[in-house]
Amino acid sequence: MIVELGHFALCLALIAALVQATLPLWGVSQGNAAAMRVADTGAQVQFFGAAAAFAALTWAFVTSDFSVMTAALNSHSGKPMMYKITGVWANHEGSMLLWVLMLALFGVLISIFGRVIPVTMRATVLAVQAMIGVGFYAFILLTSNPFERLPMPPLDGQGMNPLLQDPGVAFHPPLLYLGYVGFSTAFSFAVAALITGRVDPAWARWMRPWVLLAWSGLTAGIALGSWWAYYELGWGGFWFWDPVENASFMPWLIGTALLHSAIVVEKRNALLKWTILLAILTFSLSLIGTFLVRSGILTSVHAFATDPERGVFILLLLAIAIGGALTLFAWRAPKLEDGGVFAVWSRETGLLVNNLLLTAACGIVFVGTMYPLVLEVITGDKISVGAPYFNQSFLPVFGIVLLGAGVGPFLSWKRARKADVLRRAGLTTVITLALTALIALVFGLRDGVGLLGAFIALWLAVATLQDIAFRCGLPRVSAGTALRRLIGLPRSAWGLYLGHFGIAVASAGVIAVSVWKVEVIQTVQPGDPTQVGPYEFTLLDIENTTGPNYQTSIAAVKVTRDGEMVTVLFPERRWYPVERKPSTEAGIETLWHGDLYAVLGDPAGDGGFVTRYYYNTGVPWMWLGAALITLGGMVSLTDRRLRIGAPSAKRRQPLAQPAE
Amino acid sequence: MKHLIHALALLLALAPAPTFALGAEEMFADPAQEARAREIGRQLRCLKCRNQSIFDSNAGLAKDLRVVVRERMEAGDTDQQILDYVHDRFGDYVLLKPPVNTNTYALWIAPFVLVLLGAGGAVVYMRQRPQPKPATELTDADREEARRILRGEKT
Repeated sequence: MIVELGHFALCLALIAALVQATLPLWGVSQGNAAAMRVADTGAQVQFFGAAAAFAALTWAFVTSDFSVMTAALNSHSGKPMMYKITGVWANHEGSMLLWVLMLALFGVLISIFGRVIPVTMRATVLAVQAMIGVGFYAFILLTSNPFERLPMPPLDGQGMNPLLQDPGVAFHPPLLYLGYVGFSTAFSFAVAALITGRVDPAWARWMRPWVLLAWSGLTAGIALGSWWAYYELGWGGFWFWDPVENASFMPWLIGTALLHSAIVVEKRNALLKWTILLAILTFSLSLIGTFLVRSGILTSVHAFATDPERGVFILLLLAIAIGGALTLFAWRAPKLEDGGVFAVWSRETGLLVNNLLLTAACGIVFVGTMYPLVLEVITGDKISVGAPYFNQSFLPVFGIVLLGAGVGPFLSWKRARKADVLRRAGLTTVITLALTALIALVFGLRDGVGLLGAFIALWLAVATLQDIAFRCGLPRVSAGTALRRLIGLPRSAWGLYLGHFGIAVASAGVIAVSVWKVEVIQTVQPGDPTQVGPYEFTLLDIENTTGPNYQTSIAAVKVTRDGEMVTVLFPERRWYPVERKPSTEAGIETLWHGDLYAVLGDPAGDGGFVTRYYYNTGVPWMWLGAALITLGGMVSLTDRRLRIGAPSAKRRQPLAQPAE
Repeated sequence: MKHLIHALALLLALAPAPTFALGAEEMFADPAQEARAREIGRQLRCLKCRNQSIFDSNAGLAKDLRVVVRERMEAGDTDQQILDYVHDRFGDYVLLKPPVNTNTYALWIAPFVLVLLGAGGAVVYMRQRPQPKPATELTDADREEARRILRGEKT
């Protein structure tokens, strides 16, 4: 019964979305305020429907109702409660339901927190948002109905991929979708701007919090996914350049560009058309990502579905959304005029360069990801585009982006003084060179690429600290004044510094692990010590036991350094009898400079065990860096000007405005 | 299809060899040689994995390929010879760094084109943006006018 109610609620959401997509636009064209206000009601009903549908499916999973096909195929009565719940979105149907739930959530949030936005704009934004909704509700109801019943329910479910029965990956999709789907708001604002012809600093200010929220969620989601791969897949790596990862990385890159160009619109009323184009592209890449992952065109851990009907449907949605938006852009954008004037040496130019480089970097990832697919379709030949390609093509461009991110904040708006900027960048260069030389001497780092990478990460950190000092008036003012100014910095400035410093920290981690990582793969007998860099790993004992829904072998691995005890690691090898699949859990001890990491492999027959031991230098910095970046986004979100809203909205708006 | 047959042939050829557990037998005692084996291994794809190299995978097929790499090294092959050896049998798909050929020219040129497009876009944008007006020099008449206004005289 509850399941049928869920199905009904989803249909209700579709109908609400249909109304929300049409009536408010009619209202905007007729100047009918009541019709425009329907957008708010529509968003609320739609959210109610989507949330009820999601709750109903969760109910089916929690109560192990295996007459529901999705639950029967993806759940099991013996699973711990947490994985029954997270199992709701660990399959195609459920994850699409989560997708539309997020979409509806953003819609209702705009209707609640977007009161400062004039009703014409809000109604148009929500109508566009609802159009996307209509497409995806139809997709779910027609091709991926999560509420389908089985005529002959099985006694128990088939369980869930053990790799996914893990806290890290359990909360990875909701965060990722917060970003992925959150960018739909940017898309809706962009299309609404094209429809109403209104693009100005106020518009950018209305849009920016949503972009920030989405971007922060995506950052955290990507980091969480990467962290999971690191400890769960058991070879010490964290990024594969796998198409599924790239699918989430591309919107992040373009979204980062959007975040920056929206500042230019907000502060200087420049780069208008470019910002709109970026907003459309960001969500387009989210849709392409959804297509790649959900159509089953790729075959990998994440791609569960292999049904061409679905692929074609999403492709159609893609074509309509992206094609429609870009056509609208081509038609309306030439009428938009940039207002802000700026010199060649200015923050505006700096951000323009940042944008184009990030877009180029994203383009490289796009080509590398799509090329094998397209080539196979055209010629039938299969090739692999793996880490070596991306490292050679993407990293140099991204390196330049990071160098630019360091000195970009030195440029002042409108017109910067070239001599000042060069002088400050000169200081950055000197300090960074000295620090890099120090690293080369102290740690004996001789690898050219490694040194270059270290230079770039240090440069960004040094330049960021330098800019903070400058904003506080150092070294010209007293320490007390500087501290007061530091505390008084606006939240958006803190967002900038946290974000940039976080990128520097994360990059330093990536560089450190690539140049100093130590890995030893060996068959060991219990009691045999193995030297791993400065550490000695000794397999002590192996205990066989059972978990809630698996059997497991837990090894105790003692780690010492110069004879002194450091820690004991407990890597596990699990066997999930229901799913008939193994899974590994790495034993990890996090120290400030790196992780001690042990993986237990197969028994070797002679009483020994295959083990993989790693000393992963710098890896904790990557997670710290990602946390700082996310925090930066959240702090920036609390900035005063975003809370208060656009000044123009304080004045009473006439209720009905004709479409401009 | 051709590649598949090659792959099967190679697997059959390997079958009599004991499936080496991932372990000491599989590692070189000499760290320099071991590092070289890994450098080669990182460029070869585990054929049934996500974008994982044979060194980063626990799959059986990856294990077998690691053994092949080590055997070729012991036979005295250069890095390139080993990559060619595997490439000849498994085709382009096994190379994580795609070879440069008619199939992949576009792939390898793309990064340069994209960066150039970006640079071109920046130049075009900077040219057509609203230009700052050049600062105009004040004439003596202008100064006189300004002084008069400041003194509060009607013009």
